[in-house]
Amino acid sequence: MSKYYLFQDTRTCIGCHACEIQCKSNKNLPRGAKPCQIIQVGPKMINGLPKMSFIFMPCYHCEDPWCVSTCPTGAMQKRSSDGIVFVDKELCVGCKTCISACPWGAPQWNPETGKVEKCDYCKDRLDAGLKPACVTLCTTGCLTFGLAEDMTQTRRVRHAEASASFENSSF
Amino acid sequence: MDKEVFSLCFMCSVRCPIKVKVKDGHVDWIEGNPHVAGIDGSLCPRGSAGISMLYDDQRVQSPLIRVGERGSGNWRKASWEEAIDYVADRLKDIKDKTGAHSIALCERAQLATHVSKAFLKALGSPNYFSHDALCKGSVNTACRSLFGYTDAEVGIHYGETKHIVLYGRNIFESLAVKEVKTLMAALEKGARLTYIDPRVTVTASKAHRYWMIRPGTDLALNYALIHVILKERLYDAGFVSKWVHGVNELRDFVEHYTPEWAEKETGIPAGEIIALAREISKDRPSVIFHYGYRGASHQNEIYMRRSILMLNALMGSVEAKGGIFFKKGPGEAGGKAARKLVSQEFPKIDMPRFDKAGTKDFPLPDPNHGVAQVFPYAVLNEDPYPIKALIAYRMDPLMSIADTAQTKKALDKLDLIVTIDINYSDIAWYSDVILPESTYLERTDCIQQMNGLKPQMFLRKKAVEPRYDTLEGAIILKRIGEKLGIGHYFPYETMEDLVNWQLEGTGFTQTDFEKKGFVAYGSDQIFWDRENLPFKTPSKKIEFKSSLLENAGFESFPEYQPVKAPEDNDRFRLVVGRSAIHTHVSTQNVPYLNELESENKLWINTKKAGQLGIKNNALVEVASSCGKGRIKAFVTDFIHPEAVFMLHGFGHEAGRAKRSFNKGLSDALIQENVYDKIGGSPAYHDTFVSVKPL
Repeated sequence: MSKYYLFQDTRTCIGCHACEIQCKSNKNLPRGAKPCQIIQVGPKMINGLPKMSFIFMPCYHCEDPWCVSTCPTGAMQKRSSDGIVFVDKELCVGCKTCISACPWGAPQWNPETGKVEKCDYCKDRLDAGLKPACVTLCTTGCLTFGLAEDMTQTRRVRHAEASASFENSSF
Repeated sequence: MDKEVFSLCFMCSVRCPIKVKVKDGHVDWIEGNPHVAGIDGSLCPRGSAGISMLYDDQRVQSPLIRVGERGSGNWRKASWEEAIDYVADRLKDIKDKTGAHSIALCERAQLATHVSKAFLKALGSPNYFSHDALCKGSVNTACRSLFGYTDAEVGIHYGETKHIVLYGRNIFESLAVKEVKTLMAALEKGARLTYIDPRVTVTASKAHRYWMIRPGTDLALNYALIHVILKERLYDAGFVSKWVHGVNELRDFVEHYTPEWAEKETGIPAGEIIALAREISKDRPSVIFHYGYRGASHQNEIYMRRSILMLNALMGSVEAKGGIFFKKGPGEAGGKAARKLVSQEFPKIDMPRFDKAGTKDFPLPDPNHGVAQVFPYAVLNEDPYPIKALIAYRMDPLMSIADTAQTKKALDKLDLIVTIDINYSDIAWYSDVILPESTYLERTDCIQQMNGLKPQMFLRKKAVEPRYDTLEGAIILKRIGEKLGIGHYFPYETMEDLVNWQLEGTGFTQTDFEKKGFVAYGSDQIFWDRENLPFKTPSKKIEFKSSLLENAGFESFPEYQPVKAPEDNDRFRLVVGRSAIHTHVSTQNVPYLNELESENKLWINTKKAGQLGIKNNALVEVASSCGKGRIKAFVTDFIHPEAVFMLHGFGHEAGRAKRSFNKGLSDALIQENVYDKIGGSPAYHDTFVSVKPL
């Protein structure tokens, strides 16, 4: 697993798909390839209110990535320093084995180059001290990027605030 | 050769502040201006597609002169000199023969609007009209009737609100970054969101209360809310007695508009209406009844918008934190606004406007914007006089004025149609000459005066050289003006000259914008003293009983007219709206945006679709009294059975915009050109359509 975690605050995500465009624009990708994608589920009535889920699907940068172990040319790699899974375009021959292997559909086909594209957490930006494109530009700021151990904090704080009930407390 | 430039986005008309990174003469990266609170680096989907638009070769690349029939798509390339001469010669001819008033200019208002207005004034024509009336003419009139200020002078204080009510204001899809972020922050702090719409949107999915109202009946809901608020004395009595004129008349008027009555009209249970009135009044004055972004749905639009604004006044949320406020200009902070070309002396114009706005025939719409949907009628009927030429400046009358067939017929009567745009819009395609404008990333533009709680100025600054043979709009109009002998009204050679001219006397120079992309007149939020509110109505109060309306011969409180339901089982009220991906009719061909959303679909209620044999994703025919077309159906439980819905802006006819050509269906083709004859907005949701499977 990469040492990073990309946290999507689903409560403030509005499913606007800006992240998809920002990613493509930053990587200058043609039609078709979407290294990250928002999948809308719903609306569905929950307790009398219509609810939608916007599921953010980048690459999860697995600990033992199927795409890396199956890649016949060594193009798909895991960066030893931080565990980011990326594809070396020079070595990619476009065999699509990684596309078959990945359970989450993360590797994407670039119809112009005939090679695979995927989310690499914008490692060039990380190396320059910046955040991934999608996180930097997100319309609502619902995406947060950082070390996995820090990323649970938002949810914990939110849950604590929601469950602290001063009005009804007997203490 | 890397550089960073602060500028203003223009993928939609919100004009969010941006920072552009340029590498080797190419735009490499765009982000929201990190120095602007509420933007903090964010960029919406359309803004994020700016680079995709800039490097798209399907935009207009040089001046073009039509060689075939209008709309045939046969063009020849022209030099700027030839194209400008061509336009100027014909304009001069028309001016000499039928007078300057037979030349009209329509525009999506923008930073160089003072240039186009000056152009027409110098020419001697009163016939400037903008997109504004199409969007919110009646909101403007409603605001003036109550406060004496236009809607453009009113703002919403989202950040500190405790409860916001949105009437179809789909704020999380038809979005502006700063609004979304500040409202989202307020919701995170515990603010409540009530959303009312015949259709479930993303905004509905974030709401604490959602009502699938019967389409067209929001006014009935509001009268019932007012009924409860007055009856149960839930209003801000101090504020109302000090600042409201006509509350007793309102009380008498709403007496019979009970929640039980409204339940029958709207489909919203009476108990829930009462509950909202009680709940929201607990949070006053930090509550917002949102008066609308687009306010152009029904022929009684002005009364609907007035009722919303009255609810704010009853809550005391006018000029209140977390409510609505009046925008403060530089003068409030001891500064001076940038100059505009329209402040020059022009020859007096005696002819009335084509739309008669501001005359006794059509007294209330704002003549500063005109009433765009009247244009086809004025041309066809030659009423009040013949019109011979139209300059369309980044506004598309064919796709934005209802009843495209009628608009086309009117355009066919014109001797000259000129379009200034970056895109092959449908109006460009139907023009005689296209004068391509440089994109927002390729041009410096006029000063953006940002009035608000903290008055500021922003500057759009050229990031890269134009990719194609394009010019800035303000330069195009100046060049045409020079050929027409009015060049002296345009005292600049370059955009930099013009900006310098604008800044003279403000105490700021262009260099001051380099650090953060904007300059501020002060650092504190300015709220007026609620004991001394400077309302600009004759009574100096908020006029529920409106002298503006009554002096023009209209009632302040006309009886509610029941909203009719579709007569037959296959008939529906057509409702339209926006998504987060596209801006009106202008972005459908932008590569990345087109990839995400390339066509619109017709939302139709599952039960109704079942009865009519309409399957999800299958083609249907939609027909009204003025037009028909084909579109794929989207069958869903999440729309009211009386309504069908489609996104605005699809079904383009311009062949060179290949990605958007003939994709989806244009709502304007189906909508009847009917409008609010008092307030000035079109009634885009007053068309009934029949839907049948194909």
